[in-house]
Amino acid sequence: MTNSINELEKDATAVFLIGTNTTENHPIIGYKIRKNVRYNGAKLIVADPRNIELADIADVYLQFRPGTDVALVNAMMNVIITEGLDAKDFIANRTENYEQVAEVVKKYTPEYAAEICGVDAEDIRKAARIYATAERGSICYAMGVTQHSTGTDNVKTMCNLALLTGNLGKAGTGVNPLRGQNNVQGACDMGALPVSYPAYQAVTNPDIRAKFEKAWGVPLSPNNGLTIPDVVNKAHHGEIKGLMVFGENPMVSDPDITHVSESLDNLELLIVQDIFLTETAMKADVVFPGVTFAEKNGTFSNTERRVQRVRQAITPKGDAHPDWQIICELSNRLGYPMNYSSPEEIFEEIRTVTPSYAGINYQRIDNTGIHWPCPNEEHPGTPILHGEKFNRGLGLFHAIEFKEPYELPDAEYPLILSTGRSLFHYHTGTMTRRSSALNEFMPSNVVQINPETAAALNIVDNEKVKLVTRRGSIEVNAQVTEMVPAGVVFTFFHFSEAAANILTQAEVFDPVAKIPEYKVSAARIDKI
Amino acid sequence: MITLTINGKEIQVPKGTMVLDACQQAGADIPTLCYDPDLRLAGSCRMCVVEAKGRPNLMAACVSPAENGMVIETESPDVVESRKIILELLLARHKLECHTCERDGSCKLQDYCYRYGVTDSRYLNEMPHFSKEDPNPFIKRDYDKCIMCTKCVRVCEEITGAQAINVEDRGHHAKISTVFDGKLADSTCVFCGQCVMVCPVGALTSKVSAGKGRSYQTQSVLTTCTYCGTGCTFELNVKDDHVVGVTSVRDSELSPVNKGALCVKGRFGWDFIESEDRLTTPLIKENGELRPASWDEALDFAANKIKEIKAKNGPDALALFSSARATNEENYLAQKLFRAAIGTNNVDHCARL
Repeated sequence: MTNSINELEKDATAVFLIGTNTTENHPIIGYKIRKNVRYNGAKLIVADPRNIELADIADVYLQFRPGTDVALVNAMMNVIITEGLDAKDFIANRTENYEQVAEVVKKYTPEYAAEICGVDAEDIRKAARIYATAERGSICYAMGVTQHSTGTDNVKTMCNLALLTGNLGKAGTGVNPLRGQNNVQGACDMGALPVSYPAYQAVTNPDIRAKFEKAWGVPLSPNNGLTIPDVVNKAHHGEIKGLMVFGENPMVSDPDITHVSESLDNLELLIVQDIFLTETAMKADVVFPGVTFAEKNGTFSNTERRVQRVRQAITPKGDAHPDWQIICELSNRLGYPMNYSSPEEIFEEIRTVTPSYAGINYQRIDNTGIHWPCPNEEHPGTPILHGEKFNRGLGLFHAIEFKEPYELPDAEYPLILSTGRSLFHYHTGTMTRRSSALNEFMPSNVVQINPETAAALNIVDNEKVKLVTRRGSIEVNAQVTEMVPAGVVFTFFHFSEAAANILTQAEVFDPVAKIPEYKVSAARIDKI
Repeated sequence: MITLTINGKEIQVPKGTMVLDACQQAGADIPTLCYDPDLRLAGSCRMCVVEAKGRPNLMAACVSPAENGMVIETESPDVVESRKIILELLLARHKLECHTCERDGSCKLQDYCYRYGVTDSRYLNEMPHFSKEDPNPFIKRDYDKCIMCTKCVRVCEEITGAQAINVEDRGHHAKISTVFDGKLADSTCVFCGQCVMVCPVGALTSKVSAGKGRSYQTQSVLTTCTYCGTGCTFELNVKDDHVVGVTSVRDSELSPVNKGALCVKGRFGWDFIESEDRLTTPLIKENGELRPASWDEALDFAANKIKEIKAKNGPDALALFSSARATNEENYLAQKLFRAAIGTNNVDHCARL
């Protein structure tokens, strides 16, 4: 997030939610937004193909066709420019490339986009006016925006909208991706990415590489590494021979599980380090038992870049070891000694190579976490980014044309399938499905079907049906609900026995981010 | 600023300050049941009554604005007598089950009865009875213990925004209810358990923690939630080296993101930690089956295979999927392991998935 979570409760005077079912996936953030709307009169725009809880209290609800985000937001920008609601001073002083965007969005009139998106043109106008005229407007999005073959385009379009209205660098504004996993921000910050060392320092930059070679005392590879989808494909082709999977479960979370399974079977070595014998661990050659967050010390960095303490509450179960110790043991055996006495000692090393974490230490975050960037110990941290200037200097507009999703419905597969999460489960369910109450409350998967679609297919609520795509099929109970529009169906990806990712495609990813298009697959439903 | 005298001590507070806040600032320990600093004022329980010199009646401190020149006594004989009667009235509809109650030791009603020596109630003959049955796996509702402070109603409306519950009926028969008095699961309840957090007595408790240990038997460890990216903090409750529950920390310094509020996963989804399914020993695959192994055996096996692949196919034939669930320290070490010890940048994690 460019901004911090609590601003959504107090400072934002308008919130534009797109592709985020906030009350289910980030409940506390959802509650704060609802509070702001109910008690402070903040305006709310919700754009989501599903009629999510917060749509009920929205000033404008845009139930748009999955994958048409760029057309929708380009049309909002068209309205803003046409009606002279753009932030002319901000554009002049702090941005570049505005003209190209203005040119591209010309053709995205509300009427033109309404046709593409399946919404009312007047609602697009209303949404544009609310966001552009708000004193402090915040954009929040999640995987509904990013998990598309045009995910990067979608995100850039959100940035365009914020730049066009000057909604950046102040409390209650910003472009705010709500991240779905406890430490996905931290994993990125720590360089668990194929192209960067900690703090997004490029592995291909010779100066940066030299810095890390000095810090770590060995020569380092100058080449970008492979993303997860590329690793899976190359394992399939036999080019990747050995894989270590640490605290992940690609046999449930990755697209086209049949393909993933073949790839993992093709490996010479699969090491899995986890707390349970996951679907992925079952395929492993060797399994290391790690520990839960309750059994170790360390830090997590949340979606607003706040680095917070994790504290050990109990001793590790059985002969399980804290994960950092396992990694050290393995490294020692590979001839690269890692001798740390505690996570704090590791954190002290992190600070020396990670400029954005340099000012943070365990004492400073003992009570309250600090937002990075925090360059030195006197620095209070940075809840709001881009205050005076952007990292690159001027904010860059990107002219983006709308592109259709990769796999569109056709005669054989007439429905659009989206996948996502439920309030009651988390990711591949390894933890929540072993949490007695959560699993009792929601023990199995469902597919959400609009009553109109269900009637046309002669399907009733709770009927077991077969959900089919070109990759495969799963059997699930139908949940007939107006939460999804006609022609769109939705299923959850937490359930390995009826795994949504058997259905999703791994042929086309976003070309930049390599994110799969989980929000649009062509599907059909068969009666059983 | 205005000046008032509390228990003989002069104190200055900004205009608009409530008498309760002023008393607390002056160091007076005022009992409260329906008051919550994060919720709108109800002024209904009357436990916080204080005596203001020259006023005919005792005043509920939480809803009375402080005035210049006020002289307040917080434990005068009249105040104490009044609080005793209020406690007796509350006990008239609170089933005394302290011996089996989850909240024994952390119950405000119990604490105040102890403080004021209230052993029983003169008004006991008409105790209403409410059904305890609510077939959800998260929240136990025992309205025979409810004292109608309505904090659950207010927190549900004002913090979570679910508006799942409200007061039904009036007088002695008033109770907390969903629409049409149905099950929570059929209401707009999202099982966040904020109601459990604010309940001052044992009327609302966690079914997941039931029977696993009371507050005086557990230690609490402040930590950060393991689920979504919001970064809520809470306390893990530990008894005999087992996690037995999660409780809120309602301090904005210790809980800067959520101020004690949690969702259903954070509050009720912790017992996977104690699951029988936990991996407790390393495993090695032999003849297609995973079998238990020692750490040395498992680590040597992995290290030797890594070395073998690296020697034969180069470091880029190896890859790491690191973990968005693990700590910063572990992610740092994992990528360092692959970059420095093995020599490849094939490092990624499921940020995209």
